[in-house]
Amino acid sequence: MTELTKLTLAEARDGLVKGDFTSRELTEQHLTAMEQGRELNSYIVETGEIALEMADKADHMIKAGNATGMTGIPIGVKDLYCTKDVHSCSASHILNGFKPKYESTVTANLWQDGAVMLGKTNMDEFAMGSSNETSYYGPVKNPWRATKENGELGTKDYVPGGSSGGSVAAVAGDLAIASTGTDTGGSIRQPAAFTGLVGLKPTYGRCSRWGMIAFASSLDQAGPITKTVRDAAIMMESMASYDIKDSTSVERTVPNYEHALTQDIRGMKIGIPKEYHMDGMPKEIEKLWQQGIAWMKDAGAEIVEISLPHTKYALPTYYIVAPAEASSNLARYDGVKYGLRVEGDSLDGMYKNTRAEGFGHEVKRRILIGTYVLSAGYYDAYYLKAQKIRTLIAQDFAKAYEQVDVILTPTSPSAAFPMGEKSDDPIAMYLNDVFTVPASLAGLPAISVPAGLSSDGMPLGLQFIGRAFDEETVLRVAHVLEHAANFTAKPKVWWGDK
Amino acid sequence: MQIFEDQERPEKMSVDKTTVAKIADLARIAVREDELEPLAGELNNILEWIEQLSEVNTDGVVPMTSVVEVDLPWRADKVTDGGYRDDILANAPQTEHGFFSVPKVIE
Repeated sequence: MTELTKLTLAEARDGLVKGDFTSRELTEQHLTAMEQGRELNSYIVETGEIALEMADKADHMIKAGNATGMTGIPIGVKDLYCTKDVHSCSASHILNGFKPKYESTVTANLWQDGAVMLGKTNMDEFAMGSSNETSYYGPVKNPWRATKENGELGTKDYVPGGSSGGSVAAVAGDLAIASTGTDTGGSIRQPAAFTGLVGLKPTYGRCSRWGMIAFASSLDQAGPITKTVRDAAIMMESMASYDIKDSTSVERTVPNYEHALTQDIRGMKIGIPKEYHMDGMPKEIEKLWQQGIAWMKDAGAEIVEISLPHTKYALPTYYIVAPAEASSNLARYDGVKYGLRVEGDSLDGMYKNTRAEGFGHEVKRRILIGTYVLSAGYYDAYYLKAQKIRTLIAQDFAKAYEQVDVILTPTSPSAAFPMGEKSDDPIAMYLNDVFTVPASLAGLPAISVPAGLSSDGMPLGLQFIGRAFDEETVLRVAHVLEHAANFTAKPKVWWGDK
Repeated sequence: MQIFEDQERPEKMSVDKTTVAKIADLARIAVREDELEPLAGELNNILEWIEQLSEVNTDGVVPMTSVVEVDLPWRADKVTDGGYRDDILANAPQTEHGFFSVPKVIE
């Protein structure tokens, strides 16, 4: 049998329906690949038994003619999603041993459609990080490695990006057909760019956040990580829904996103924000961006220079808003209701000891920043100021969309970097998200598409940002760019027995 | 934009060891005495970087309260779900007689 792990989601779907193979076969091959790929540390927990049960159920659905786009598709689930009776810890020690008694809405939607859970994927602790080096369960290795000058594959380990680092490493290493990610400031798009994958963050409110372990509630959003744009369209449709249990989820019909992939973008207006040309950005990123612009022109789109004047302030704004919300959300971890408890000489002592031991350094740093900016006397100067600038950032986009249909930018200011390189400098790490954070602050849908390789053979991505709830345009242009870029590179397998 | 270069940063609103200890206490995180100084340094680096927001004129700007334009949904004030005591207690580190239990708070 051919290697089923190499299939795209759309190919697997079609093969399953035609009866070329069963979901059980597809799932078994992935479970074997996961065993071989443990060195990547992309899964925190493998759920092989559950996977096979789900696969058999999916095979029945297919036989009965009830298949959907996701039926029988084995996927990785980010550890941030609550999955009933299965490890769900947001890669934090403070949730030690937590097995929720309920299922998140997004995963429930996927299981309803017949998807198969392979395991829980690794991530930065509470999604706070851009390199997947802050997980309690250890860092994730990027399946991609840089090529040396003599053309040989190097031996250095690279980060997969973050926070959905395990989710991307699993898909890039062919240990899952697709995976769920979550994006607060770029946590789907930046890791997708670092591993040659497609990552879609939909509009805020498109997916229910119920059952997702909260980081920054006004920014967190679920989305798919896939091998192709078509795959993202199929999986997005399954994940999205209006949910009465999340008051910020939006009551709108979920379109058939695959129908948006027409390859026709003639006359479409594509905005190029001049503020995204940054000093010190590697030349190959700028070059790739220009190439993307040329591809869009060739496809009949009109290129329009636009201005998003408050771009520069997006990152510092984010680093007030997100820690502030995190400090409130993470107040629930007190050693009483779930997870870790470390005894102390009083109730307060127990709280403090539990939180000191349970949270990692980056999480503590952000809780402290958040507590500070919300504390009496500083609230107006920091938090209120940031929320006002957030309004200005959203207004910049609104103004731009009077002129253009969608915006094209690089996804990240660099390719994946070697492990350990930026872990001592929080601000250097935060700068990874300079191009992804503005769309997050404005709640807009955005996608990263693999567009080329760096000089040493590491993947690079381009990003499209769309109007609120216009995922269809975002997917349509992404599909055209994917076609033009014809990105077929795959990481050379250095892990396992090979 | 020039965010890759180290700019001169104003030194206002900086936090010292005492402030870090106070914030940590508010956040209920035990911090050892020898951790306070390094933490103050880290927090100051971030706060100084954030300080650039003060150059933006936000007079008359309404702070964002909702990122997408939606009206919050209303529902009848009725109990629609519940009765999962055992499920809720299932993950607790310590329970007694169907309750969460915590260290004694009254002598």
